Amino acid sequence: MKIDPDCRYRSSHEYARKDGGEIVVGISDHAQEALGDIVFVELAEAGKTVAQGDAIGVVESVKAASDIYAPVSGKVTAVNPALQGDPSLVNKDCYGSGWLLRIAPSAAGEWAGLMDAGAYEKEIGKE
Amino acid sequence: MAPFAGYEMPISYPTGSVEEHLICRRSVGLFDIDHMGQVEIRGPGAGEYVSGLASARVLDMLDGEARYSLLLDEQGLVLDDLFIYKLPDSWWIVVNASNRDSDLAWMRSRAHGGLTIEDRSDDTYMIAVQGPRAIELLDAVAERAGSGGAASSLQRFTAGEIRIGGAKVLFGRTGYTGEDGGELFFAADRALEVWELLLAEGGKRGIETAPIGLAARDSLRFEAGMPLHGHEIGPSINPIEAGFKWACDFAKDFVGKAALEAVVAEGPSRRLIGLEVTGGVPREGCEVLAQVGPDGASSWTKAGACVAGMFCPTVKKYAANAFIAPRFAKIGTALAVSIRDKPRAALVVKRPLYLPAYRR
Repeated sequence: MKIDPDCRYRSSHEYARKDGGEIVVGISDHAQEALGDIVFVELAEAGKTVAQGDAIGVVESVKAASDIYAPVSGKVTAVNPALQGDPSLVNKDCYGSGWLLRIAPSAAGEWAGLMDAGAYEKEIGKE
Repeated sequence: MAPFAGYEMPISYPTGSVEEHLICRRSVGLFDIDHMGQVEIRGPGAGEYVSGLASARVLDMLDGEARYSLLLDEQGLVLDDLFIYKLPDSWWIVVNASNRDSDLAWMRSRAHGGLTIEDRSDDTYMIAVQGPRAIELLDAVAERAGSGGAASSLQRFTAGEIRIGGAKVLFGRTGYTGEDGGELFFAADRALEVWELLLAEGGKRGIETAPIGLAARDSLRFEAGMPLHGHEIGPSINPIEAGFKWACDFAKDFVGKAALEAVVAEGPSRRLIGLEVTGGVPREGCEVLAQVGPDGASSWTKAGACVAGMFCPTVKKYAANAFIAPRFAKIGTALAVSIRDKPRAALVVKRPLYLPAYRR
């Protein structure tokens, strides 16, 4: 199980990674492993304004559907177009080609409130 | 792992359920299905007794034949589905784990004195070996008296005795995946030996062989159009609406026949259909919607519900089975399935989505 040290995390297992002025959002390796084979992804549309903690999509595995929550507030600038054709990218490369969407953040202070890799590792150790 | 009818069952192995499904379609899948129950019936008049309980014709079966049947109540509703094997000295009946106790009670309550009805589930282990190379693997590892290919010499829907390692095995060329292969019944204390031998021999012979969990077992049977008790069939469903008239022999007497004749005469009030869905994964319980008004787009109304639904890895579609009024059941009808409170496009399609290998 991989925890990308460059990312921050929510306890609901979304990651956030800074890329230029934007935040790339996905689910952690721990989350994709727990969900099992992912077969469908539905995400908020680009242009939508979201608040931290809002449901911004659903990831469906063979077993179940799971809501995805925004790690930061802002405007969705892009959704990963490759996931419509191959949702299993989330399983294969969750921190890379299996990213979910990008957000232009509107509240700079929220980043600092997310868990860093060390805190997230402790968090999932409790499960 | 998940609890299932008193057993701890693997939902998937580390391979993952989608890949497990695909391995079974391209090579060999092993299924640890010891939870399935087995009932052995013997004694004078056993054939007539089984014929009176089972919906399917059985009295024409020769020794070694295996046949699918339903077990119905007096109302013609489905208590269980069965695989019935006619053996030289007995009738060997495979039942679903969750119905084992109730099936036995039902059978015993209708038996006459001379019959022995024995629950063989605990002393019998059951493993299914399924896939396009399953028979090749079994021929390589098994022996059968007076026969070259132990497994290939048996026709589809027949059974015979073979040996695998130290185990004496009843091999039925049957299954629940839409692939060729078979189901093995043998003494429970040989389970690990047979399982490990099949895996090891598959590896040694370059025949890709992998254990398959419950999730892939479900998607394999679903694609191939086979029913799962509690979903496409069950105690509130009759075989006519579920499309199982072919498994009912109206030329003989069986429990539930009169009720089914009434359903046939009137026409079923609903029918089992297959749906291809876009925009989400349909699941059991999702509502099926139809545009019943003449006014068009905004009048989606509940017309039925999904009894099973999932992503189908071989045909690469999201699909569901649902019961719906016959007027919506025609292939090509445009319906919708409600997923997360939004209607998603759904088209009535021909079942099965995947034509079983042995029917091609």
